[in-house]
This record gives sequence, C-alpha cells and structure tokens, in this order.
Amino acid sequence: MKSVFVYCEVENQKVAEISQELLSTGKKLAIKLGCPLEAMVFGSKLDKIKSQVSPFGVDKIYIADDDRLEPYRTLPHASLATHLLKKEDPQIVLFGATSVGRDLAPRLASALNCGLTADTTILDIGDHFVKKEKREYKDLLYAIRPAFGGSIMANIINWDQHPQMATVREGVMKKEIYDKNYKSEIVEVDVNSLVKEEDFVVKIIERHIEESDVNLKEAPIIVAGGYGVGSKENFEHLEELAELLGGEVGGSRAAVDAGFIDHNRQIGQTGTTVRPKLYIAAGISGAIQHTAGMQDASMIISINNDPEAPINRLADYVIQGDLGVVIPKMIKFYKANAK
Amino acid sequence: MRPLKIVVLIKQVPDTRHVGPDAMKPDGTVNRGKLDTVFNPDDLHALELALNLKDRVPGTEITVMTMGPRRAADIIRDSLYRGADNGIMISDKRFGGADTLATSYTLVKAIKKLASFDIIMCGRQAIDGDTAQVGPQCAEKLGIPQVTYVEEVISITNDEVVAKRRLSKGVETVSSPLPCLMTVHGASPACRSKEAKRVMQFKYARTNSEIKRNDEFMKELHAKRPYLTIPEWGVEDIDAEISKIGLSGSPTKVKSVESIVLTASEAKVLSDSDSDIEGMIIELIEHHTIG
Repeated sequence: MKSVFVYCEVENQKVAEISQELLSTGKKLAIKLGCPLEAMVFGSKLDKIKSQVSPFGVDKIYIADDDRLEPYRTLPHASLATHLLKKEDPQIVLFGATSVGRDLAPRLASALNCGLTADTTILDIGDHFVKKEKREYKDLLYAIRPAFGGSIMANIINWDQHPQMATVREGVMKKEIYDKNYKSEIVEVDVNSLVKEEDFVVKIIERHIEESDVNLKEAPIIVAGGYGVGSKENFEHLEELAELLGGEVGGSRAAVDAGFIDHNRQIGQTGTTVRPKLYIAAGISGAIQHTAGMQDASMIISINNDPEAPINRLADYVIQGDLGVVIPKMIKFYKANAK
Repeated sequence: MRPLKIVVLIKQVPDTRHVGPDAMKPDGTVNRGKLDTVFNPDDLHALELALNLKDRVPGTEITVMTMGPRRAADIIRDSLYRGADNGIMISDKRFGGADTLATSYTLVKAIKKLASFDIIMCGRQAIDGDTAQVGPQCAEKLGIPQVTYVEEVISITNDEVVAKRRLSKGVETVSSPLPCLMTVHGASPACRSKEAKRVMQFKYARTNSEIKRNDEFMKELHAKRPYLTIPEWGVEDIDAEISKIGLSGSPTKVKSVESIVLTASEAKVLSDSDSDIEGMIIELIEHHTIG
C-alpha cells in the first residue's frame, strides 16, 4: 500500500519541532490506512539524524547528506523531493507550514500537478462520494483548516490528483514517540545524480536566525497579562495556562515596564504585532498602544475587574472577575474537558 | 543599467479582516456579497517594491495582472493611479472556482503571452485563503528561481538581484539571477498613495466588458485614447486548456465547511462562576479554538 511521506526540516543536525509533530501525526494516519510511514531528510552532516527520526515509527528514511543542502534553498530541495515523490508515489505528503514548508510544498505541487492544502490544523482519513462519477472514494485525506480569517473551518479533499499534500501549522499537532527502538530502513539518496549545477544559482549571502524560543508571531494562542496581573509571581499562572493550551505568554507595555515579564514578550505598537487564533487578555485595560498589536486576533477573551475596560469592546468573551479566581478555573476546566 | 520589465500579480479579495455583522448567513456560511472587496494587502506591498525599483532604474515598465471577476478591474485602476504602467485583466467565467494549481496555470499562460519579463512579483499571500502557493507554483511553471518573503531589494544589476527575506525565525539575504519570481512580505514598506495627476489620467480606464453598450461618451474617449482600454484576456486569448483551468483544473475541493465563530457578534459577558467558565471552555473546544 502506498505510504505516508513527511518532509523533515533539519538544521544543525537537529530535526525541527514541527517535523517531529508531523511524524507523530503521519504515524497516526499511516496506522489508520495500514501503510508505511516514510520520511525524507535533506541536510548536512546527518549521520546522527536516524536516531531522532526512527522513534516516531518511521519505516523508511531517505537521507540526502551534502554540505550544499544546508541551509535550505528551494531549488536543490525541490529537485530531490520531486524525484523521490515521483519514484515512490506516496498517497499523502506532509510539510510544516513554516518559511521552508510554505516555500517548498507549492513548488512541488506544481511540478507533480497535484493538490496542496495550506495551513491545516486537523488531519483525518475518511471517504467521499463523488456524485458526478457515482463513485465512492475510500480513505482520502481530510485536510481541515481555518479559512476566512478564522471564521470557518473548511475540510479540503483531493480525490483524483495524488499525492494528497498538506502543510500543517506549527504547534498544533502533538509530538509523540511511537517506539524508542523502532527499526527504520535507511536509503541514502545520491545527491550528485539528482541535483544539477543550476539548482544552486540562488546564493545565501547572509543569515540571522534568532535562537530565542520566544515566537509570539507564530503562536496560535497567546495569554497576555497587563499591569492588572499585579506581580511576577501571578504571571506564573498565565504561563501555566499558556503552556497547557500550547501557546505563548505575552505582556502589555505596562507589565513589561513593571518588570513582570521580559521585554521580548511585549505585544503592541512598540513590541510585537500578533494575529493568533485566540488571545486571552488578562488584566489589560486596552490602550491603543496595546490593541494595535493584537486586534486582528481571531478570538479575544478579556478578563478584567473593570467592566468599562476599553479592551472589552474588542472581545468575544468578557469575564468580569479576579484573575486569581478565573485563571485557575480555566486551567481546571480545560483539563477536565480536553480530549 | 537597462530598464526592467516587471509583472506584478495582484488579487481583489473579500476583506476578511473586517468582517461585519451580516457577513455570515444564518446557515453559517460566508456571505461573500456582504464583504467589502479590497486590494490584497501583500499585493500592495509587491506593487510598492516594483515602483521602488522603477524609481531606481529609470525606464522600468510595470504591468499589473489580475485574474478575477469583472469588478476586479478596480484594483488595476488603483495600480495605475499609484504608478503602474499597464494592466491586464484575465477574466472568463470558465476560470471560476480555480484553486492555486489552476490559478497558477492560468496566470503563467498569460505571462507567457507577454514579450518578456525580468521579475514577477506577487504578495506573499492573499487574505482570503492565506495559502502563499500561487507565487512558487508560477515560478515552477516558468522554470525560474523563486525568492519568497522579500522585505527589501538591496541591489539590482542587469542580471542579478540581491534581496532580504523575512523568515519566521530570522532574516536571510540572498542573490538570484534574473529572471526570477519574488513574493513580497507585509513587513516591506507600505504602498505609496495615488497621484492626483494619474487619477485624472486613468479614471476612465476600463475593460471592454465594463463599458455599457450605449455609453457613447466612453466609447469615443477610448477610441481617442487607446491607453485607457485595459486588455481583457479570456480562455482562448491565452490558449488555455479547459481541463487545466477553473474547477476542472483544481485537484483540491471543499468537502464541507463548518462555521467557527461569528467574529462580529456581541461579546458574551460572563461572571467568574464555575458554570460560566466551564461553558466557555467547552465552546472553545467545540469550535476547535483550543483543544
């Protein structure tokens, strides 16, 4: 049976978080379909990469190891992946919805003349009846994603131009080791025979990657606190909630100035502008300096003692109450109801 | 250096960022008719980058191109007011329902009809789909390199461009030979305003299908000033294969749509009681906002 394929991003001999999430999700899909899970890893000095990939239950790992493949550039990676996907003919291929995945996947979809769904948050397997053909297609990929600024969820399918490809948002899927001792077959890809000289015409002149783990811009959920949080200690409750929901903690300028939270987590005109799926504003009054940096969030929850706080006008839910009561209750009821 | 030929791919989109109270139908589907249309924000950044290159390299010619319904000619006029030299409208009922694969096929067929180009520019992504796919797909079909997420063009010569890219966790400066395709990031400078003089010059620019049959004034004006006629290309004009355009050329299909949240609805005011907070958490989980 045709396999599920995952394109793994790797830098400095480390498989990216998103790729680990994809491997975990890919394994679940492969089990549902009763097919193998395969991964492709292109980079430099990859002799230790196998031990990072195999435990996710990967049956076969295609490794292309060449100094010219790192850092990522579109054309050489596209040549290698196009060749592999044409030859191996998988049914599903997954990429991260990252700067890399969103650059590579559409180029491949065009080369393979197949469908690609962007920024999915839920993947599943299911059937679909095509009326025009009077035919039921079994075991298709349901690629489910938010659309229209987050106001709807669309289930996108592709029944006739395979492989079925999707990019998946970061931090949405759970990372789960399948079997520490899982045995993978390794296939070394012959880079020189597949990549041409003209694949290297684009040259990287300079590169600055922020090592910081603060990534407010990409966080799907942000729990932000203002001066009303009151202390650095109280911020720990916000951190607990953020971690539980798979999000990040942010703060208003007043909270940063008061020393409750680091400057690199400031949201607003003089900080970062964010557009998360969910923004929880705790003890934030909502000065324009702050709201300018978060008003495009798809959903906003305001927790505030003051019913007249300006931020309440932007909010979808307004909770009138004490943070010290509300936040622990949110944590408790999330734990009780989450699947 | 020699003047450049730049094609900017633009799109008119529903304004999903400002969804009004009537934007959703009672059945939870999007009421496209009630959403205002706007010039896709990233595409305006792409136009600005093209205009900036025109400032630097005199004689550069900018052609904007859009695929869409008749009313999308609005954004071609808007581009002419801001400094674009020409506009091309790709419009035909049979192009409707296209996903990104069919769209890139159609755009590339139209681009190939043009004499030549040095740079294709487009916005990083459109706010109605956020896919960021059409740019790289066009580059692949044209067989040229792509430079995505461009924030700034640092230098340009007759055969090479150096650009700064905005990545999710940093920045990167790359050089690429010409011709190439760039997708432009919203972190780049905002587009300059319309020029009063150009608004006067182009306010009567129309595609032929926009001119009413009995509008003699407009017909005469267009006969006198041919530059006002925005070329309009259909399936036959770009020699497109029917099986590769519109719905039939689109592998991805929408199986179902589920309404998540009425963004414009009034805020729900809750107390800190157990039942209020648990109710909210359950709603958020059911709506896939958290989970």
